[in-house]
Amino acid sequence: MATTSEPAVATASQPSSAALLSIRSVAKHFGKNIVLRDISLEIAEGEFLTILGESGSGKTTLLRILAGFEQSTSGEVWMSGERLDTEPPYRRRVNTVFQHYALFPHMTVEQNVGYGLAIARRPAAEIQSRVAEALAKVKMSASAKSKPSKISGGQQQRIALARALVNRPSLLLLDEPLSALDANLRRQMQVELKALQREVGITFIFVTHDQDEAMVMSDRIALLRSGELEQVASPREIYNCPATSYTAQFIGHTNLLHADVRHGTATCGALQWPTSLPDGTALFSLRPECIRPATVASPPTSASPGNAATVRFRAKLRDQAFHGATELLRVESDGGLILTIRAASRDLPNSEAPLEFEFSAADAIPVRASNSNSSSNQEEGV
Amino acid sequence: MFSRAYRTAITVPPLVWVAVFLLVPYLLMFCYSFWSVSESGTIVHSWNLDNYHELLTKPVYWQTLLRSMWIAARVMFFSMLLGYPLAYFLSFHAGGRKDLYYQLVIIPLWVSYLVRAYAWKTILGTDGVLNTLLQYVHLTSHPLDFLLYSPFAVVLTLTHIYTPFTFLPIYASLEHIPRNLVEASHDLGATPQQTFWRVIFPLSIPGVLAGATFAFVLSVGDFLAPLLLGGPSGIMISNIVVSLFGAAYNWPLGAAISLCMLALVLALIFFSERLEKKWSFS
Repeated sequence: MATTSEPAVATASQPSSAALLSIRSVAKHFGKNIVLRDISLEIAEGEFLTILGESGSGKTTLLRILAGFEQSTSGEVWMSGERLDTEPPYRRRVNTVFQHYALFPHMTVEQNVGYGLAIARRPAAEIQSRVAEALAKVKMSASAKSKPSKISGGQQQRIALARALVNRPSLLLLDEPLSALDANLRRQMQVELKALQREVGITFIFVTHDQDEAMVMSDRIALLRSGELEQVASPREIYNCPATSYTAQFIGHTNLLHADVRHGTATCGALQWPTSLPDGTALFSLRPECIRPATVASPPTSASPGNAATVRFRAKLRDQAFHGATELLRVESDGGLILTIRAASRDLPNSEAPLEFEFSAADAIPVRASNSNSSSNQEEGV
Repeated sequence: MFSRAYRTAITVPPLVWVAVFLLVPYLLMFCYSFWSVSESGTIVHSWNLDNYHELLTKPVYWQTLLRSMWIAARVMFFSMLLGYPLAYFLSFHAGGRKDLYYQLVIIPLWVSYLVRAYAWKTILGTDGVLNTLLQYVHLTSHPLDFLLYSPFAVVLTLTHIYTPFTFLPIYASLEHIPRNLVEASHDLGATPQQTFWRVIFPLSIPGVLAGATFAFVLSVGDFLAPLLLGGPSGIMISNIVVSLFGAAYNWPLGAAISLCMLALVLALIFFSERLEKKWSFS
């Protein structure tokens, strides 16, 4: 993972001075509709950053500001020490892979890929060799003379990628490029795209609404919610240490526990576990896979949390869904609390009686509550 | 599925209509074009090629035909010159006012052709608006007489009348261009001007061809504009056809000219359609 190669950005704590792209307090309003507010983000050279968000979160607008198709209402964008957002799109060393590929229908595949080079008035021989090279890289050499309408969606996707990469941009923007592909092709392309990015070393900003895609491909994920950055972190960090309840729920499944904290003990229904938080109410995220069936039958310890960092509780099985390697269980604990548990299918006890489960107190991650409008949230981790 | 009777009921009337009002008259014209007129003024039903021979040998006919085509070519050119930028502006730069402008282009089509032709007469005449204005600002000391009753007046009037017909197909083809293609072109480094010539214009060619065909075909056979505004030098081929079918009472020759026109127009439409197909990529 990038955590090793790019410590400065992967931890996302400080803006790196070696940043390729610097987004500074960018906001975008469409009339009264605020699409983006106060976005600040630094992106390092060679990084694969994913902007993840639901539809309407503003992720495509942010991408379009970087490409130059939209003007930000306020804020600045800098690339390699130069102001980017005041330049028209055709003067930016930024290329885009569009959601619906946007291949020119009146040109052959070859002409499409060579378009940027022809516009830049490169010599014909150079255009020819670079186009051939780019087509080979995306394994599309055989279709060089075809029109885009004669090739499949997946192939068009590769051509769109080649057409952008052949110009050797400093920054490549990808606007949900895989969303039109079927699931298998999509998984295959995710792997290929990531490998290609490593190979060419170009900085990728990838926009998607699919959190699995974001997890698989990214060095860092910038989670966008209602026009604001909710959290920016590596996939592992964002999954293991979600900063807010929204992040915890959007990235993977989680159990959100509303707990009362008193003298170092958090209480939620019948569950109790030690915490270092000050007294008051607190919100914890407990991943379904962190809860497991209790291994040794022993008296419940939830009443005496101090003795270990392992919390046990008794619960009744409500329903279960088989997912192959794992199963998702919904259980109701003694206090009426409903929890979701992910367990390996073979580990599951086969019983109608109340079952015993346990989790480590350290896996209950305190998170900030995301209010419904999120307007009071400051951006995280930048 | 529709019953057989229902399908018959909806397809037969239009077929009958076309047969009675289009095919039969054309067939009659076709026959007439091979007949002749006697001294006493009756139609002689003896088959010959005299009419076509006369058409080719008498300069007045083919010269008028050439002039009609030349006028139509100019109308086509000028209506394209006006219609394309207008369509381009509406499609790409009119923003929220698009529908309003579109209506403004379309509304003149509802005004009677005659009214529009007469309007030009009052503008271009010796005592017309234009001449009065030119004299008032002392650009000229006496009325300009080439303004009215000239090929110029015909070209001007027909351009005015048929520009919406070129505008419409061009506008439709521009509206069909996905906007992300324009963005992709900018993204790949092309300036707006390069984008226009390399992406937008090539993709609008089907509309341009359709619009050009409209303008040419509609104006080459026009007879009202030359009748009202053309004067002796602005006579077009349809005026001759009208007089041959009317005062001159030479239906066979009129029919022969009409068929030549029909052949010309059909050939044009045929080629234009083939070119349009070649340039459409949807």
